Amino acid sequence: MAATIELQVNGKKLRASADPPRSLLSVLRDDLDLTGTKYGCGEGQCGACTVLIDGFPQRSCQTQAGDVVGKQITTIEGLERDDKLHPLQQAFLDMGAMQCAFCTSGMIMSGVGLLRRNPNPTPAEIIRFMEGNICRCGTYPRIVAAIRQASMGLKEAGK
Amino acid sequence: MNREQIAEFGLEAERYELQADSQYHFDLNRRQFFKAVGGSIVVFLLLPGDEVLAQQESGARDRRAGGSGQPLPQEIGAWLHIGEDGTVTAYTGKVDVGQGSRTELTQVVAEELRIPVTSVRLVMGDTDLVPFDMGTFGSQTTPQMVPRLRRAAAAAREVLIDLAVAGWSVDRKELVVADGKVNDPSSKRSFDYGQLSKGQKITTAIPDDLPLTPADQWKTEGQPVPKVDGRNFVTGQHKYVSDMNLAGMLHGKVLRPPAFRATLESADIKEAESMPGVTVVRDGNFVGVAASNESDAKRAMAAIRAEWKTPPQPSGREIFDYLKKNSTGGDNRSGHSVGSMEEGLAAADKKLAQNYTVAYIAHAPLEPRAAVAEWKDDKLTVWTGSQRPFGVRSELANALRIPETNVRVIVPDTGAGYGGKHSGETAVEAARLAKAAGKPVKVVWTREEEFTWAYFRPAGVIDISSGARNDGTVTAWEFHNYNSGGSGIRTPYEVANQRIEFHPVESPLRQGSYRALAATANHFARETHMDELARLVKMDPLEFRRKNLKDARLGAVLDAAAKSFGWGKTKASPGQGFGIAGGAEKGGYVATCAEVSVDRANGTVKLVRVVTAFECGAIINPDNLKNQVEGAVIMGIGGALFEAIEFENGRVLNPHFSTYRVPRFNDVPALETVLIDRKDLPSAGAGESPILTLAPAVGNAIFDATGIRLRSLPMIPNGLKSEV
Repeated sequence: MAATIELQVNGKKLRASADPPRSLLSVLRDDLDLTGTKYGCGEGQCGACTVLIDGFPQRSCQTQAGDVVGKQITTIEGLERDDKLHPLQQAFLDMGAMQCAFCTSGMIMSGVGLLRRNPNPTPAEIIRFMEGNICRCGTYPRIVAAIRQASMGLKEAGK
Repeated sequence: MNREQIAEFGLEAERYELQADSQYHFDLNRRQFFKAVGGSIVVFLLLPGDEVLAQQESGARDRRAGGSGQPLPQEIGAWLHIGEDGTVTAYTGKVDVGQGSRTELTQVVAEELRIPVTSVRLVMGDTDLVPFDMGTFGSQTTPQMVPRLRRAAAAAREVLIDLAVAGWSVDRKELVVADGKVNDPSSKRSFDYGQLSKGQKITTAIPDDLPLTPADQWKTEGQPVPKVDGRNFVTGQHKYVSDMNLAGMLHGKVLRPPAFRATLESADIKEAESMPGVTVVRDGNFVGVAASNESDAKRAMAAIRAEWKTPPQPSGREIFDYLKKNSTGGDNRSGHSVGSMEEGLAAADKKLAQNYTVAYIAHAPLEPRAAVAEWKDDKLTVWTGSQRPFGVRSELANALRIPETNVRVIVPDTGAGYGGKHSGETAVEAARLAKAAGKPVKVVWTREEEFTWAYFRPAGVIDISSGARNDGTVTAWEFHNYNSGGSGIRTPYEVANQRIEFHPVESPLRQGSYRALAATANHFARETHMDELARLVKMDPLEFRRKNLKDARLGAVLDAAAKSFGWGKTKASPGQGFGIAGGAEKGGYVATCAEVSVDRANGTVKLVRVVTAFECGAIINPDNLKNQVEGAVIMGIGGALFEAIEFENGRVLNPHFSTYRVPRFNDVPALETVLIDRKDLPSAGAGESPILTLAPAVGNAIFDATGIRLRSLPMIPNGLKSEV
């Protein structure tokens, strides 16, 4: 009999099978049809599968689904509020910070995690924090610019 | 690929780009098309005779195209439809793998129909709905598809004006088309496209004397229109093939050999077959499984015991000797000979002979190969991320021994290609498993599979022998490329005595096209060698190039890059170095200036700043173009400095991002991009050529800083320490 677990994903309680033990990435994509989170390497080397666990960016391919029971899981699908994009999603559009966009979900989730920890990062801090995310199309300077723009927007909003 | 096949294709390295499967598809006749899209206005662009002939000739090498003497259907290059509700739908066989073609082509249609980009729907890469297309490669979308869709849209606009003229009995010249309406300013009447096309069934071919909007009057083209559907990508809503989930769909896995060229001796599949819900296929050398989830598929795969026989084969450390020793002679098509090398060398004050090498590298698109296959009776539909939907359709028809008319290939916008997704392996795997399982099957390659079983940018050896007079005139230029390919092999410099040859080789690794093909290797060798010659005759590298150059467009980008960079300034510190390189390919002209900083104590090289000047005619979307140039430069950093496939006796030793290093955030220097907009020239593609001159500019800068000349790509996989 397959063991089921209950996960808190984007503010909802969702049930999934956890027998045999599986990665959070697999559960999100295959069971919950939350396919915005991408498989890029399965080894925690590219960042395409990044989600937030209790607000911190984590590689869902390296996370066992059973280990995040009771924690708040946020995926790219959970960033919008009332049909309004998260400021970093909007900044990616404004800066044209994508080409094939396969890395975009992971980039945005990592960036949101960074801004949560450091609302006003310098370019050097952004580069250091984002080093684990690969954009093979090479839109890195635009992604740095997008995170900078979102940080300024968040600062304005906070005033 | 064997020697016979090499002879057939001529150029192994470019075989994907030269391949012309199954010419003259016109499976979808006009009646079927109307059934598919309804009535209203349909515009067909019939290809002019010379283009049809060109396709015919390029297809002549393919045996399957055959010379059976059957009459050729009129070739259709594009079509466009305006529905009764006014919606405009354009159809193209090109695909978007991140290069921005969807946005660019949408702008073109919107421009000629005078409508916002949001009013255009573009159907791409669906073999049942779009006209036949060779594939998305060779920077052809802009020079080939842009004019076709532009003409189709302009013809549709003229049909709409005709309808208004007929309805209102007014002079054609009085009517103004704007904002999706045909307007008659004198009577203040206006009709939108839906009203005009209602009840019509008009099919028109495109007249020759069609009024097209000149580039200096563009309102939508020439603008930095953001990525079409961008919101779907930042919200995770876009469905890549790997995200698809059909009802009842199974997950497939394929048994991989332990090494290249290994043959399957035996496979025990009994245990896997006994697993509930698991389908196992053993068909010839193919062994695969499908199960309702990935874990079960993996478990079933692990239960298969296979024995393989691996023949001995060359390894990475001996590859360059191997390529030179095993070349199959010159290839005439890319060869070039003028004057006499003996005379040219005799006229030289300085002579130089050097050899250059490039490693096999991987495309490593972030979305690995993926396919979903579904059979309905005899009809097969496959969704897959490929740059050649019609080529994959042929592959499927051949592999499964079914007519092409029973195969539909659909390519949703895909997670990158860079020339690496021309082939249809995953599509065939998913289709074979789906056939056995009787259910849809999805196959997504793992990163390790993508690194191992896709194909590589060819490795190569380039020998150059040259001579120059002390005044800087290059008098002799002999250039031999072994294996990497013939693209960009000719020199753009004026040299009276030249001999240029490409020598194909039976490559130990599976190889194929890569962004800009061999032009990157050939530009690396040529522009490095030009730098060496300049030093020999004690001239400034830019001045030396200018002296031997007549091509005004190449001269213009060299000057533009130099100006923006501040070429000629003195070094601020001894570890600083400046390098320049230029080149042209496929209608794109590029020049790069690079600044490096070398720490002599520990041998680290920091790429500080890169200025790229680029010109490709009239710019259709300046921001997308800038994005492409920046992306090509950054991708180029990997191949220039550290990317290389390591392999030994048929095994890739670094098939992971942890061991195959690709450029990351911290590798990016300060970037400046200078775009030259030539509204007087036709637009050329830009996805490839901006990558050409990064590597030689950086190598020349490292020499400028250290006096160390690096002639192998990647140049510093382990830093400069060993060299210093």
